[in-house]
Amino acid sequence: MRTRIVGRCVASIAVIGIAVSVVYGCASAPAKNDVGERAEAMMKSSFKAHGQATLARLDQDETQRVCSEYAERALPPATAERIEKANLDTIRYPADGNLVGDWKSGEKIAQSGQGFQYSDDPKKPAGANCYACHQLSPKELSYGTIGPSLYRFGKDRGYTDETRRYAWQKIYNAEAFAACSNLPRFGYHHILTEQQIRDVVALLVDPASPVNQ
Amino acid sequence: MADPMKIRANLVGDSTEVKVLMSHEMETGQRKDAQGKTIPAWFIQKVKVTHNDKVVLAAQWGPAVSKNPFVSFKFKGGAKGDKVKITWVDNHDDSRTDEATIA
Amino acid sequence: MRTMIRLAVAAGAAAVFAASTGAALGESTADEIAKYREALQDGNPAELWEARGEEMWKAPRGPNKVSFERCDLGLGPGVVKGAYAQLPRYFPDAKRVMDLETRLVWCMVRQQGMSEADALKNTFGDGSAKRSDLEALAAYVASQSQGIRMHVALDEPHVHDMYRLGEKMFYYRGGTHDFSCATCHGDDGKRIRLQDLPNLTKVEGARKAYTTWPAYRVSQGEVRTFQWRLNDCFRQQRFPELAFGSDASIALTAYLAGRANGAEYAGPAIKR
Repeated sequence: MRTRIVGRCVASIAVIGIAVSVVYGCASAPAKNDVGERAEAMMKSSFKAHGQATLARLDQDETQRVCSEYAERALPPATAERIEKANLDTIRYPADGNLVGDWKSGEKIAQSGQGFQYSDDPKKPAGANCYACHQLSPKELSYGTIGPSLYRFGKDRGYTDETRRYAWQKIYNAEAFAACSNLPRFGYHHILTEQQIRDVVALLVDPASPVNQ
Repeated sequence: MADPMKIRANLVGDSTEVKVLMSHEMETGQRKDAQGKTIPAWFIQKVKVTHNDKVVLAAQWGPAVSKNPFVSFKFKGGAKGDKVKITWVDNHDDSRTDEATIA
Repeated sequence: MRTMIRLAVAAGAAAVFAASTGAALGESTADEIAKYREALQDGNPAELWEARGEEMWKAPRGPNKVSFERCDLGLGPGVVKGAYAQLPRYFPDAKRVMDLETRLVWCMVRQQGMSEADALKNTFGDGSAKRSDLEALAAYVASQSQGIRMHVALDEPHVHDMYRLGEKMFYYRGGTHDFSCATCHGDDGKRIRLQDLPNLTKVEGARKAYTTWPAYRVSQGEVRTFQWRLNDCFRQQRFPELAFGSDASIALTAYLAGRANGAEYAGPAIKR
């Protein structure tokens, strides 16, 4: 015989002398994020560590947790501000103050999609995979549209210290400006090295870069 | 023995339309494996199609034909119930012959 | 008169040139890829997997020498017609919501007498010699639902629960790159490089996407299933590896298959 408990807690309990199914365990007053908590637990028990991709990658930081909770919904302004400030605080700058590197290396980093997948060689440098989501150099036709076009990034904003600093910050941690942004936090998560970020900045802000032609 | 071909032969007006899907790796001999060694060439070199023992298509293929090749062609004549026989031979001298009935 | 014709020809040529460069490139590229897919649909190599799968379905297998004709995919033992269109579903004998592959593995273990390790030995083929029985079986079973409207039983409590869990997982941001499924599949009209991305947060997107898996992936040289698709997405999201037939894989499948309800199943399809 099975009893169906209606309401916010949906479960099926076999009453034939067998233990109640623990997976669908019901509290008398389930928490609002009960489904969220169960989903997280189910995720963590459904993945296996593989190479460099350890299970720790499923542990969320506060930003990831909040952004997952809100899903498609807009964040309340106070929450967004809090997330943005916390992410701004993570940004580190080079000791010598030089934010701009070599755009030719930057283009290679923008083209490369390798790095941090369990199928990737951890000894090889990671790419930023910019072209997966963005237009950059007009010569590259194979570009994605998940993010806005970065064509003429430097030219449009002016070749100033402010522009260079903004580019650095965006790449290091884009959520400093837009809570729950889709852009990976390249500096915060140590996806790119300091020099690599300089090179991508150069790709965006160097007047000689193809992005600004 | 290689996997069977999937053959469809249909009478369309006064012609027979034949569509064949062959199962074959069609390795070009240009690719390298993860260790850097060249994967040996292995591809269909000859294709022959007969209708009532008369050759209606003969082909010489090379590595440009892709894996699991699909070929579609028509020949004049043919009647429902007739047999169409298809044979391929590859560079290892392996071959496969399958038959279909014209519908 | 001749001047007008020359000008008209020049204007026409210029229009064609303009259409194939710059901003219009995106649209025409997508159109061309669609035409390529349509041309390849005839003679889809997936048919070879379907034929192999059909043979496997009917043959006695495993230590118990039992065929899949005893395997109940939800419509009765051995019934394949329409089975894929109503999966995932809750199976009381297994006390679990199962998708096609987990159900096939269950039959292999419980009915055919295989060990779970043996049943899961080759989940995904490697593009040449190492072939997967599960991929061939999935291609066959799925082909028997072609033209049938998806109808996952979302009002069944266990399925409903998995659907809600899958929905949560869809938005789970994680890993080194902060990706969730929604990062790529959360908006209309987006593409990654030149690969168009279905918006899975909308029912129309889910319908178009879910009903074309399993599919022969030309670049893989294999028929790939939805278990494979989820596994490969998570790899690219820099997550650890999604275990085959895991609860999360079934929850996400229940979510996306459920949202595809009402759409005609169109697989096995062919993709790049």
